[in-house]
Amino acid sequence: MMLNTEPNLAAPDDFYEALIEMHRDLTPEESAAVNARLILLLANHIGDTEVLMQAMQRARAG
Amino acid sequence: MADVDYQSLVMPYRRSADQDRPEPARHPVVVVGAGPVGLTMAIDLAQRGVAVVVLDDDDRLSTGSRAICFSKRALEIWDRLGCGRRMADKGVRWNTGRVFFGDDEIYNFDLLPEAGHGFPAFVNLQQYYAEGYLLERTEDFPGIEIRWRNKVTGILPAADGAQLTIDTPDGSYDLDADWVIAADGSRSPLRAMMGLEAKGRVFRDRFLIADVRMTADFPSERWFWFDPPFHRNQSVLLHRQPDDVWRIDFQLGWDADPIAERQPERVLPRVRALLGPDAQFDLEWCSVYTFACQRMERFCHGRVVFVGDAAHGVSPFGARGANSGVQDVDNLGWKLALVLEGRAPESLIDSYGAEREYAADENILNSTRSTDFITPKSQMSRVFRDAVLDLARDCGFARRLVNSGRLSVPATLHGSSLNTPDIDAFAGAMVPGAVCADAPVIRDGRRGWFLENLGAGFTLLCFGEGPGDAVVVGRDLIDAEGLLARRYDARPGTCYLIRPDQHVAARWRRHDADLVAAAIDRAMGKPA
Repeated sequence: MMLNTEPNLAAPDDFYEALIEMHRDLTPEESAAVNARLILLLANHIGDTEVLMQAMQRARAG
Repeated sequence: MADVDYQSLVMPYRRSADQDRPEPARHPVVVVGAGPVGLTMAIDLAQRGVAVVVLDDDDRLSTGSRAICFSKRALEIWDRLGCGRRMADKGVRWNTGRVFFGDDEIYNFDLLPEAGHGFPAFVNLQQYYAEGYLLERTEDFPGIEIRWRNKVTGILPAADGAQLTIDTPDGSYDLDADWVIAADGSRSPLRAMMGLEAKGRVFRDRFLIADVRMTADFPSERWFWFDPPFHRNQSVLLHRQPDDVWRIDFQLGWDADPIAERQPERVLPRVRALLGPDAQFDLEWCSVYTFACQRMERFCHGRVVFVGDAAHGVSPFGARGANSGVQDVDNLGWKLALVLEGRAPESLIDSYGAEREYAADENILNSTRSTDFITPKSQMSRVFRDAVLDLARDCGFARRLVNSGRLSVPATLHGSSLNTPDIDAFAGAMVPGAVCADAPVIRDGRRGWFLENLGAGFTLLCFGEGPGDAVVVGRDLIDAEGLLARRYDARPGTCYLIRPDQHVAARWRRHDADLVAAAIDRAMGKPA
């Protein structure tokens, strides 16, 4: 499977707001921990190694 | 029989007649190093009728427990060599592992080892017992001569062997060998003398091992702490050994002073912090160590062959050090014997290098991954490690990511030139290159194990029917629980060609003597 970079979020503005809200009042260290847990949870949900590798490459490329 | 105190044994230096000869004596095989790997090499060769001289620069066995986890495969190999059962019986077996993070136990697991194997997944046993039992086994073979306090100080490789210069309490002498097996450990002096190196990754971390003797009511379990309150920001491992000895492994960090940290006044408070203020214990042994994951580019250098830690090094997480060294020897023994008998070309030894370099890479990969999890080396690596541990409290997927050492399993030698590729369809794990799986069998009315029925040479295993010299399931053996057929995906007519080191060489759905003969030639490295 290919990494989907086309619009796929049902409610993009709601998602983005919730993402920022997730970090409210957290120290940078706490935020880093939350992000790491989020990545792990999402990675497991996706499951497909090929998609995950493509996403990591895309993220690293900036 | 009461156990010998192997740590206090001093093996006497004896002057050899070779030291008085005007010309150097010549031996077919000289093994350098009488550790677990060198001793195993000597027994394997002697059992195949090859005379062996073993040289060791010391006069003692292992001081301290050192390697303590011996895997199923090492026990199976030692069983083939006549001392595996004794090790398994003495060793401590465990199934439950507990993982702690900070103040809490975050989960525990049961190894639930697969039933129907002659040996457990692994046992905990002090290295001095393993070496002691091996040493006693060598005494059964007149063809093994161990020379203690014989330190190799020079090596001169040649096309047909090598000359060794050996230092003894009586001065030095020279010895010629057709083959030299370097089993002289991670700092291998032979490797250095030949201008060779092992390359890889050195981990900037230090660990303290403390062995304590106590009659505490800790169960036979493996406890692993990440960042515990009694040893903040580091990891700790508690493991049980025979004789009420417990191994405690403390991560110390790179800045720790290795000399100061092994002093009892520094060690005892650490142990007491773990065991509690009222614990009664004696400190048996302690050591501070570092490690590297590395290997030599090639294990074979003409007639000098490197095995065990001399050839490759791993972190201790996952028990892949001594266990992989024993598998090196398992791979090399039969090949060397065939070459010495003139039955196989000398190039067969190169396949030892190819196969075990491949296995070493697998071991290094696994042990490096464990090390990166246990001792994260960047801030973000630590953040992810802790996130995995946080989630592991109640998420099954995260428990699969926790890596405090993966179980040591033997490499399947995919792609080895000795394998005959399948021409028939098979399912399951017993592909060419795999180590044969064990299974319960009945032979002559007695219950036993399949692996005990494999011979010293090549074995043809047939299901249902087969030639007279084959091991035929249904004629020679009864597949007691049907596990043999299941593990080998066997149907009537299926046959497997099994190497002397119990790896699958080839398999077919029906027996064909010409194909078997060709596969044996291939597995012996003969040109097609």
